[in-house]
Amino acid sequence: MKKFNEVELEPPKFYRTEGEVVRRFTRLSTLNFSVDANFYPLGSCTMKYNPKICDFISTLPGLRELHPMRIGEDSAQARTLRRILSELNEMLSDLCGFSSFSLSPAAGAHGELSGCLIIRKYHADRNDSIRNEMLIPDSAHGTNPASAAIAGFKVVTIKSGPTGCVDIDDLKRHLSNRTAGMMMTNPNTLGLFEERVLEICELVHSAGGLMYYDGANLNAIVGVSSPGAMGFDVGHINLHKTFAVPHGGGGPGAGPIGVRKGLEDLLPGPIFSGGKMISPSRSIGKVIGFNGNVGALVRAWAFIKTLGSEGVERASRDAVIAANYVRVSLKDIYPSFVSERFCAHEVLLSAEKLKREKGINALMVAKALIQMGFHPPTIYFPMLVHEALLIEPTETENLETLDEFISAMRRIAELSLEEISKFPNNTIIRHPDEARAARNPVLKG
Amino acid sequence: MAKELLVPDNLLYTREHEWVLLLQNGNARVGITDYAQHELGDIVHVEMPEVEKRLEKGDTAAEIESVKSVASVYAPVTGTVVACNESLDPADVNGNPYDKGWLFEMSCDTTDGLLNPTEYRGIIS
Repeated sequence: MKKFNEVELEPPKFYRTEGEVVRRFTRLSTLNFSVDANFYPLGSCTMKYNPKICDFISTLPGLRELHPMRIGEDSAQARTLRRILSELNEMLSDLCGFSSFSLSPAAGAHGELSGCLIIRKYHADRNDSIRNEMLIPDSAHGTNPASAAIAGFKVVTIKSGPTGCVDIDDLKRHLSNRTAGMMMTNPNTLGLFEERVLEICELVHSAGGLMYYDGANLNAIVGVSSPGAMGFDVGHINLHKTFAVPHGGGGPGAGPIGVRKGLEDLLPGPIFSGGKMISPSRSIGKVIGFNGNVGALVRAWAFIKTLGSEGVERASRDAVIAANYVRVSLKDIYPSFVSERFCAHEVLLSAEKLKREKGINALMVAKALIQMGFHPPTIYFPMLVHEALLIEPTETENLETLDEFISAMRRIAELSLEEISKFPNNTIIRHPDEARAARNPVLKG
Repeated sequence: MAKELLVPDNLLYTREHEWVLLLQNGNARVGITDYAQHELGDIVHVEMPEVEKRLEKGDTAAEIESVKSVASVYAPVTGTVVACNESLDPADVNGNPYDKGWLFEMSCDTTDGLLNPTEYRGIIS
């Protein structure tokens, strides 16, 4: 096949045949890195593989064409959609051990904000507004403190202990009658299951706070355990991370917010239940103009329906096995302080050893992976680990793909600093200079 | 591989890897250390504090964005911001962290609690 060079990125002065047009645009379309063509170890952190059947079902004309504001009507189309959304509410509630979900929030962070507002209203309704502190572990996603701050809370950071999990003593020091709640991701961003989660929930509850579950890493436990079983009161799910929906940044997202029994009345309406639309009595209010991003919600419904509860559980088990396979295969050359421990759906490795020995850092490893046809994993996050490489294969990759990736990572470690500094040089944009691009962005073509 | 990290003898330091230069007029000039710029990687943007802003020691004063992450620069002492390095090129924080790469100046009543160069070297070694 003809190789693109920079000249060919420029459109020709004129096209002579239809074939030229088709070939040009077909080639341009292959310049995008896509999960349909290559392995993508960012995993559910960005968006896991979306089965085509979910797209097919969500774009069926009968489901696609109803205007979102007509979903309350007495028509076959509207009734069907209400039934689907009611079933989704039930299925998510079952999987999460919660009582009910609001499907309204348009993204994970939007769900977080809705959840924080629920916690605030819970305390306000009990005339306990003195509670203005939200406890957040230092390993949390940045959206947690942002959502809590926008909801009016003071953010209190809880340290991680030497094991990478919440330091219980530091938590105890910060609990008081000002504690509104605590936001937690489990497994946490280091890919570790917070084994003392029951104790943490009990401590926060006895101090009068509520526990918030950030569903970012639900893909590791869905069908096996649940936020409800761990003792959480409120939590959101990023449908793109766990239930095969395009990511919010690339299309309408969805971040349903769920609550345990007793808090249902605080949810943002409408709630879809039993084929009906219900407005909760003490609701924090609507959080979106329409009734949620219905197309994304139908995709998640189709995903769960297709797999069934056994399939959903199998998916999380496979995701955990895949991550641990990568961990065991690479921990000798990319060790981190957690890489000897069993991980959840993602494994946190580090290029620190390589940097010490040869001067090769995580960014260079990422660029070399591009050279070898792989998308780089998350790098430099979480910040608790130097030269972090956070790898999440998810459940959809077969053994051969995982082995190819592992082999590429091992070959990268054998490169010299001089060799790796030239990579990638087989791509349309060669050895990109991310610092120059950020310092002097070219915003117009 | 890594080159020797510079810790000039004429400065004071914090555990958060800021340096403080006590100026003739009694104000403190603040920047981040060679170790900090090395850890952050290529710096692409610096968000300066507002002049005349009152800061308690430990408050977030400035933010530094690198290609890796965003980091906070904390006020090393309690005081009022009197000047920011208006002509700062983010690349200077990497290339020249103790000189052209200074960030801001603030009034300063006491340097108690700051580290001397030997103590700071102990932290980063």
